[in-house]
Amino acid sequence: MKSFTFEKAQSPAEAAEAAMRKPGAKFIAGGTNLLDLMKLQIETPGHLIDVTNLGLDTIEETPQGGLRIGALVRNTDLAADTRVRRDYGVLSRAIVAGASGQLRNMATTAGNLLQRTRCPYFYDTNQACNKRDPGSGCPAKVGYSRPLGIIGVSDACIATYPGDMAVAMRVLDAVIETVKGDGSTRSIPIEEFHRLPGDTPHIENALESGEFITAVTLPKPAGGKHIYHKVRDRSSYAFALVSVAAIIQEDGSGRIAVGGIAPKPWRDETAEAELPKGAAAVAERLLLGVNPTEGNAFKVKLVKRTIAAVISKAKQDN
Amino acid sequence: MKFDTAAGKNPIDQMKVVGKPTQRIDGPLKTTGSAPYAYERHDVAANQAYGQILGSGISKGRIRSMDLTKAKAAPGVITIVNAENAGKIGKTPRNFAKLIGGPEIQHYHQAIAIVVAETFEQARAATALIEVDYEREEGRYDLAGEKEGATTQESHQDKSYGDFAKAYDEAPVKIDQTYSTVDESHAMMEPMATIASWKDDELTLWTSHQMINWAKLDMAALLGIPEKKVRVISPYIGGGFGGKLFVRADALFAALAAKEAKRPVKVALTRPQIFNNATHRPATIQRIRLAATKDGKMTAIGHEGWSGNLKGGRPEVATKQSTKIYASPNRMTELRLAVLDLPEGSAMRAPGEAPGMLALEVAMDELAEKLGIDPVELRIINDTQVDPMKPERKFSQRSMVECLRTGAEKFGWEKRNSKPAQVREGDWLIGMGMAGAFRDNLAQDSAARVTLSQDGKLTVETDMTDIGTGSYTIIAQTAAEMLGLPLSSVTVTLGDSSLPVSAGSGGQWGANSSTAGVYAACVKLREAIAEKLDIDPDIAEFSDGKVTAGEKVIALSDVVKNEALSVEGGIEFGDLGKEYAQSTFGAHFVEVAVHALTGETRIRRMFGVYSAGRILNPISARNQVIGAMVMGVGAALMEHLVVDKQLGYFVNHDLAGYEVPVNADIPHQDIIFLDEVDPISSPMKAKGVGELGICGVGGAVANAIYNATGARVRNYPITLDKLLDELPEE
Repeated sequence: MKSFTFEKAQSPAEAAEAAMRKPGAKFIAGGTNLLDLMKLQIETPGHLIDVTNLGLDTIEETPQGGLRIGALVRNTDLAADTRVRRDYGVLSRAIVAGASGQLRNMATTAGNLLQRTRCPYFYDTNQACNKRDPGSGCPAKVGYSRPLGIIGVSDACIATYPGDMAVAMRVLDAVIETVKGDGSTRSIPIEEFHRLPGDTPHIENALESGEFITAVTLPKPAGGKHIYHKVRDRSSYAFALVSVAAIIQEDGSGRIAVGGIAPKPWRDETAEAELPKGAAAVAERLLLGVNPTEGNAFKVKLVKRTIAAVISKAKQDN
Repeated sequence: MKFDTAAGKNPIDQMKVVGKPTQRIDGPLKTTGSAPYAYERHDVAANQAYGQILGSGISKGRIRSMDLTKAKAAPGVITIVNAENAGKIGKTPRNFAKLIGGPEIQHYHQAIAIVVAETFEQARAATALIEVDYEREEGRYDLAGEKEGATTQESHQDKSYGDFAKAYDEAPVKIDQTYSTVDESHAMMEPMATIASWKDDELTLWTSHQMINWAKLDMAALLGIPEKKVRVISPYIGGGFGGKLFVRADALFAALAAKEAKRPVKVALTRPQIFNNATHRPATIQRIRLAATKDGKMTAIGHEGWSGNLKGGRPEVATKQSTKIYASPNRMTELRLAVLDLPEGSAMRAPGEAPGMLALEVAMDELAEKLGIDPVELRIINDTQVDPMKPERKFSQRSMVECLRTGAEKFGWEKRNSKPAQVREGDWLIGMGMAGAFRDNLAQDSAARVTLSQDGKLTVETDMTDIGTGSYTIIAQTAAEMLGLPLSSVTVTLGDSSLPVSAGSGGQWGANSSTAGVYAACVKLREAIAEKLDIDPDIAEFSDGKVTAGEKVIALSDVVKNEALSVEGGIEFGDLGKEYAQSTFGAHFVEVAVHALTGETRIRRMFGVYSAGRILNPISARNQVIGAMVMGVGAALMEHLVVDKQLGYFVNHDLAGYEVPVNADIPHQDIIFLDEVDPISSPMKAKGVGELGICGVGGAVANAIYNATGARVRNYPITLDKLLDELPEE
């Protein structure tokens, strides 16, 4: 860990302003990802802005009939919220499928959106990594790629966004609210939040320098059956090989987003139109342009089969 | 005490304390956080500095130069030690990768320097400032690619009996399959850690180690100092599984750094370093050929194993059990070793048998299916009461058939549909599998000192270790039984090289050997007490805190008046291990569910029956066996140190990437120990159980997956990607 300076922000605007003033500064809340990365010197911020004093820890109903989730609502609290469990079950299920109880107690809503990839080469500073050290190269494609991405990836980087919560938020059409260093605010639809790597895998999202997430809003409930199927090598405490967040309506229509396969939660509304035709048709459309490695080609089949499992589950619960 | 004839009736047979389900006497210390582990010994030496080890960033090659300028100038840095200023480092018979790398680099994360600083954070930050200029060399990292060039080791010659080739050739039913297992990590909770302190030319190490005496001898050899100048203290150990049998870089670098810094230094390996700096269980490729008559009598058993290691390293003896577990008049085993430039392969829980039994027990399942014979029956048909390679040599005791029959009955084996892929519950395919369990029983000489004090209480002292196994408790039980005292009157001190040398913890020999050593010391103490009281030791009875000899009844608290009565004794194992085959046995049964669409495998329940001599403490023995079963599930389903074949190292070097089973993976375990004694094994009539539970259990899991799905996976672990192509279409 490198030495850093530290301040405690008193308002969201002040936090954003402080971050803009100090290039390389990072916000810290739960610290469940950032601290680990700092100890390994994968992240080396010179300045930390503690945002845990800002409130932003409530879940409120919006005039549109949805929910506004404060950026600092802990994962545990979000998953346990009665309104979330009743109307946004896929979100609750996705969150409890992730990490461990202890981590979820610390992890925040905004922090979870910003968690970084678990690519093992990114995690080892002896190795080249275009995300950690732009231009240095990527050993993952010819190396150990089993957990990594098959779509939306580039020659420079095949890392995945590893989380679960954002996959559910994607299927729920969540919107991310922010404040910038100049005090202006904006709303970013979750589909535009995470960036594909292209030649710049170190740029992972749409946030500008200093921009601070204040909340995530969910539109009014979509109804339907809420399913989150996370496929992994053990029953708990593991990142997804493939995960599927789904809302399936009684008529068989629905929405599907997939985790574990791309640098962002992967969803294609035109693929969802194929739902009545079955999992294979959905998967085929969803994975147009898929570009797996030898080591993770199984994920193509696994996506199709996990969607099939989700459709099967939706029927069984009838 | 020499042990060279079968044990007769002795005080342990009373089973008043021994054999009782006794909670660990060190349990409260551990659950309250008051059992100090090596890294926490803030109390033992003042002014401790912190050391951080730098591991090599390349896997093979040379260090051209190491620039320490920035690191030395960093805040809090006291000193830096590397190969250039470490002085001459000796050799030990138990490590072959050098504990200090440079200029030559033998493997990734080989320790090349230690930074000593005032705080841990300062040491860690300064380590990152060392600039190393490497010259990379091509390495060999792929076992399958190096298999053809693998050679026979002098220490592990080919073995044969009868005429394997002819019998195999002529047999009506046979299988010939190749299996593979991957590199695995011990992944124990407590990292390797040491505090080193010098007082003049005397070195003390507070460390985490399974074998105190080996550590002492090896540290003396490495540093080139007399053995008596080294003291090793390791009373509490947070798991070892073989990873702490031999000294590692933490101990050597702590000693070197403490000398250089002229103050005590503490060092722990980081979690990533445990995977690439320390040792691992090597991957294997195994070819198994089995042949039988149509009624299931096996006529040929052939097992060939390939593994890789650094030059000079040992092979993984995956063929080990195949010389003894089943009968057959014709057999062969062969081992080949390839040179690989990966970190050092070494012992991990049931070395040899763990990967060997995984493959062999799947091969047996394949043979059973081909024969149309129930897999339990096939194993019963081919049971042997003698060493098949040496028929005049009997097993000291072997109840494998009873294990198989009892297990089948209690598990409900008759409910299994022998045709695969027939049972479905919703989206889940259900299957049952079984396997035999087999692990040799080893014994090591072991000594102890026992002391009776004025208040009639007893102290047992030995350098034996408790690596979470229950050594404290079974040693106390043994001493209490021998002297007729309650458990509460016995104090046990372990893990200090100033105490009599014990068997240590390894190879599942610890429990039987160390308690036998305590038994021997207690026999001596009983004689000393008898002599002191002027009574005949042969008629003296020790019970309820008293000695009784005819009319004479004396409380143990009245035996010693002035000075405590202290004797040292030990057990020396003679040739019984040669005269008799001594092994431990069992049977595993597993039920799994495999998701028909995604291939996710979930264990539903596990059942085991074991034959391992007298069970000294059913609670701690059960704890050992079910823990080993969990580890076997890991090997069958998920544990995999992934080799980057270009860069030459284990890539997934943390506990997020190297997955071991979690609680949710192991919903239900039941076990039974057969009620038996083995007088050939030791005066305790006990054998080892710590490794038996892992041997074969992975085969039972794999066979259950086959029964559930019809997919016969021979490359372990069975991750879902290997099942997808063989599952029913959605």
